[in-house]
Amino acid sequence: MALKEDLEQIKTNGLQNIKAAQDGKTLNDLKVNLLGKKGSITKALHGISELPVEERPKIGSLANKLRDELAKTIDSKRVELDQAALNQKLKDEKIDVTLPGDSVPKGHPHVIQQIIDEIDDIFIGMGYQVLSGPEVEEEVYNFEMMNLPKNHPARDMQDTFYITKDILMRTHTSPMQARALQKHDFTKGPLKMVSPGVVYRRDTDDPTHSHQFHQVEGIVIDKHITMADLKGTLEVMTHKLFGDKFQVRLRPSYFPFTEPSVEADITCFNCNGKGCDVCKGTGWIEVLGAGMVHPNVLKMAGVDSNVYGGFAFGVGPDRFAMLKYGVDDIRDFYLNDLRFLSQFD
Amino acid sequence: MLISYEWLKDYVQIKLSPEELANKIEKTSVEVDSVFKRSDGLKKIVVGQILSIKDHPDADHLHITQVDVGEDEPIQIVCGAPNVEIGKKVIVALSGARIADNVKIKKSKMRGVESNGMLCALDEIGFDKSLVPDEWKDGIYFLPDNARVGDEVYNYLGMNESLIDLDVTPNRGDMLSVRGTAYDLGAVFDEKVNFIEHASAPTGTHDTDELISAKADPNLAPIYKLKVVENVDVKPSPLWLQIKLWNSGIKPINNVVDITNFIMVKVGQPMHAYDLDKLKSKDLEVRNAKDGEVITTLDGNDRKLTSTDVVIADDKPIALAGLMGGKDTEVTSGTKNIVFEAGVFDPVKTRKMAQKQLLHTDASQRFERGVDHGNVEAALEYAAGMAEDLANGESEQGVVNGSNEEVQPRVISISSSYINHVLGTNLSVKEIVSIFKRLGFGVEESGDNLTVTVPTRCWDLKIDADLVEEVARIYGYDNIPSTLPITQTTEGGLTPKQEMIRKSRETLEGLGLTHAMSYSLTTQEKAKMFMLRASSETPLQWPMTEDHAILRMNLISGLLDDVAYNQARNVLNVPLYEQGRVFYKQDEDQVRPDEVEHIAGAISGSLVSNSWDQKAKPVDFYQIKGILEKYLASLSLKGHITYVSTDKMADMHPGRTALIKLDDHLIGFIGEVHPKVAKQFKIKETYVFELDLDYLYTAPKSGQQYQKVGQYPAIHRDIAMLVDENVTNAEINKLITRRGGAYLQDATVFDVYQGSNVPEGKKSIAYSLTFEDPNATLKDETVDKAVDKIQKRLTNELNAEIR
Repeated sequence: MALKEDLEQIKTNGLQNIKAAQDGKTLNDLKVNLLGKKGSITKALHGISELPVEERPKIGSLANKLRDELAKTIDSKRVELDQAALNQKLKDEKIDVTLPGDSVPKGHPHVIQQIIDEIDDIFIGMGYQVLSGPEVEEEVYNFEMMNLPKNHPARDMQDTFYITKDILMRTHTSPMQARALQKHDFTKGPLKMVSPGVVYRRDTDDPTHSHQFHQVEGIVIDKHITMADLKGTLEVMTHKLFGDKFQVRLRPSYFPFTEPSVEADITCFNCNGKGCDVCKGTGWIEVLGAGMVHPNVLKMAGVDSNVYGGFAFGVGPDRFAMLKYGVDDIRDFYLNDLRFLSQFD
Repeated sequence: MLISYEWLKDYVQIKLSPEELANKIEKTSVEVDSVFKRSDGLKKIVVGQILSIKDHPDADHLHITQVDVGEDEPIQIVCGAPNVEIGKKVIVALSGARIADNVKIKKSKMRGVESNGMLCALDEIGFDKSLVPDEWKDGIYFLPDNARVGDEVYNYLGMNESLIDLDVTPNRGDMLSVRGTAYDLGAVFDEKVNFIEHASAPTGTHDTDELISAKADPNLAPIYKLKVVENVDVKPSPLWLQIKLWNSGIKPINNVVDITNFIMVKVGQPMHAYDLDKLKSKDLEVRNAKDGEVITTLDGNDRKLTSTDVVIADDKPIALAGLMGGKDTEVTSGTKNIVFEAGVFDPVKTRKMAQKQLLHTDASQRFERGVDHGNVEAALEYAAGMAEDLANGESEQGVVNGSNEEVQPRVISISSSYINHVLGTNLSVKEIVSIFKRLGFGVEESGDNLTVTVPTRCWDLKIDADLVEEVARIYGYDNIPSTLPITQTTEGGLTPKQEMIRKSRETLEGLGLTHAMSYSLTTQEKAKMFMLRASSETPLQWPMTEDHAILRMNLISGLLDDVAYNQARNVLNVPLYEQGRVFYKQDEDQVRPDEVEHIAGAISGSLVSNSWDQKAKPVDFYQIKGILEKYLASLSLKGHITYVSTDKMADMHPGRTALIKLDDHLIGFIGEVHPKVAKQFKIKETYVFELDLDYLYTAPKSGQQYQKVGQYPAIHRDIAMLVDENVTNAEINKLITRRGGAYLQDATVFDVYQGSNVPEGKKSIAYSLTFEDPNATLKDETVDKAVDKIQKRLTNELNAEIR
């Protein structure tokens, strides 16, 4: 039974060699040497014809089994080697994940624009139109129709850049209110609008003054609009802009275009209302002016003040941004230092 | 206006501390700037008595004093004041004291002589120099003889009074007096106000009208009254009166002048006193000045007058009405007989004159805001009475009226339902009536309707809305509920243009540019750089500085300032954009400029910085153009955009600038800032663009951007060629597109090369062509034919050498 022993020998050696193989090529060679047409099994089987006939099927079957076993072993060894190679590759590919990512160009919105957009959106959500007006205004719209006749002491509060005697850089966005009041058809419903924009005052630039800054003014006129509605509206705006913990309080004030006029204070950002240097110990910070639209403003715009009335308010996005982010110099908004601008997203 | 808490308490009960009161005033009346005592921050400042004085051996102007400060031994203090005097009670800052400006006093040696403190002048313990009476301005202050040695000095000088600094709004002129403020607090606290209005008991034997006459144009002064007091003894006021004045922010002068200021502060009526014997004529007149008339006012300034000024005149001006008296008729120590003047001057004329003369006085501040027309004569009589008491004067009988309008309290009709309608409250008629009564108003009820009589001391309450405010503030804004308007539903939103602007900002930010905000007012030079179209300038009438004198006609110059600011701080990569208005005028005759929305960008350095993984690419024309193309694509414009090379823009690089056209309309430009301009701005190589956003807004848009994506594979072919270097991509591209046949979808340049292997004057340029048939799989032969045709055309028309 030399043939059988030969096969056993082939098996033992073959399995040993397969196990020892370290790479795909060795494995391929082994496969050819063992199982190929000129492989050792085939070679060994050359001697089968010398065996008695009854022995031959046994040896044949034994050889087939051997083939299968070796083939399987080679396959699984191949999987094993592939896996090892992949593992090695993955190991080699390891990177330092703590290195920074590539920089991708990304611009930033201006912080004041963000505040304006936020305010616009809050009021759009409550059904307000957003209207823009001219920055170079007629004196009539900026002052006269705002109940600020010539030589009114309150004009001192708004020092003005004049282009001519009758044309000026608007000192507030209120003239847009007068324009809207004139145009609005009250039979179609109330006027609810905000007007954001750039305004100008004859001020020397310093940490708290800028000759150019921004305003968002709002107005609601209908048959039954109350001071309570004003208070509620300002509360909604404050809560949405700054958070629910901020309270609003109203104080008497004076603007020629509203009567009664109020200043609105909100809880101090710095001390949360406890009282500190920023709020002069009061716990409150003055943020905006408002009031019930003066009957003269309505009359001058051709609106019947006996039937219609409402509230108006004006907020300063520059001031809001200063308070919200603790910016202590208004000029920072207009220097456009990227180290400043890129802090806001 | 400074008002003393203690003085207020003389007239109305106040249970709150000064700080609490200030808070209350803010919530109900006017803003409070500060609350303070003059003694705040001071320490160890006591009454001393000078026992002896010796000259300093080594210094001419120094004296060595021994001062009793209530300790066992007198202390030695070296003092330089010229008025040291034995026996006088003085202000002593002891060693360890804190005086004005937080200065600490220590034991020291002055020219070798020990000094254990300091003898103080008023300004050294915190009084503003403008408040110190003239007699004390050059030396130490003498306290009253009965001051107790060793006591703190503060109470002797009113320095422990709490002073509340009110920021009085233009509608609350009534609060520019103790009387008005006391009435306001009376209403706020629902307390009775005990304000006693003094009157003189004339002791003189003459009638005032025998001694003087007056005439006043009621348009200039609706009320004008005079009263004569004879035989006054002009001298410094008693200390109590001086304290009242300096605690109201007013400098004591002499007893007569101080009386007029005291009346102003106490009851709100500005007054003046003339020296009767210095009047050139006893017939006074309130009139417009004549052009060219001159007056020397009490502040020593000569003022040239014009016919818009209002004066009081004898035969020439003796006072600027409502502002200040004249030097010629000033009450001085030698004055014997005086004329007190009280009146009402026109607010607008007073304001104009104060502005023109740059003379804003306590009096003008009050006349501008109005004064109580009903209290003029009472104030005049009060002053005369005080002159009897304080100056031993003889007040003459009666007053002289130059004008005297009839004064009636105002009657305003209102209803409680209207008040509730405006405030959103639910107050009963009774509650509202009680608020009006607290304010001292008369009220007649007729069901819901109220007839309110407003006393003359609340002259600024004129219409029903004013009464609504009174109810709101006395009821308390904190008590007003919070609601939201209930109206017919309204459609809110941005206008389409605002939406486009907002989307533009977002797109550019997404493309790497940061939003900058610059000033619209700029220099004349910068205003007219980088102009997209010809325009006249819009200058300010009276600019404050040349930096902000003219309205900009471009956005780029502002952005370049920003680039410069950043690069000066070593921030070298600056990608910015700005959206805003420019101001164009057709010609000089156009008064109001057209405001046109623009959008502009500027990039200097590179969009991303060098990193370990990535090399920075310095910005060039094509990079900023890429950004611009992406932005313009986002607008879905229907028309065709072309870039036309230009060397005509003075501030732009002549070889690297293109005008941008939408069909035939110029919408903007793009390119490199001229190196000369960059140098002038002190910036590195910078690329910019500016677009007319208003035009882009109105330009037609393609409503639908979607195109069906083909199911069949596309075929790509490249064409490379040599052409003359002046042949542009636009020309080649146009030809390819025109001659590419039905299936050509796209032709994109992918390589441009000049240099070795390319003949001089030529360039190599290569295009990638994409062919696609939406309905079938394209055959190679079809594409080959199309390419062949294109190549022939290129050869024939552009002299291209296909490679």
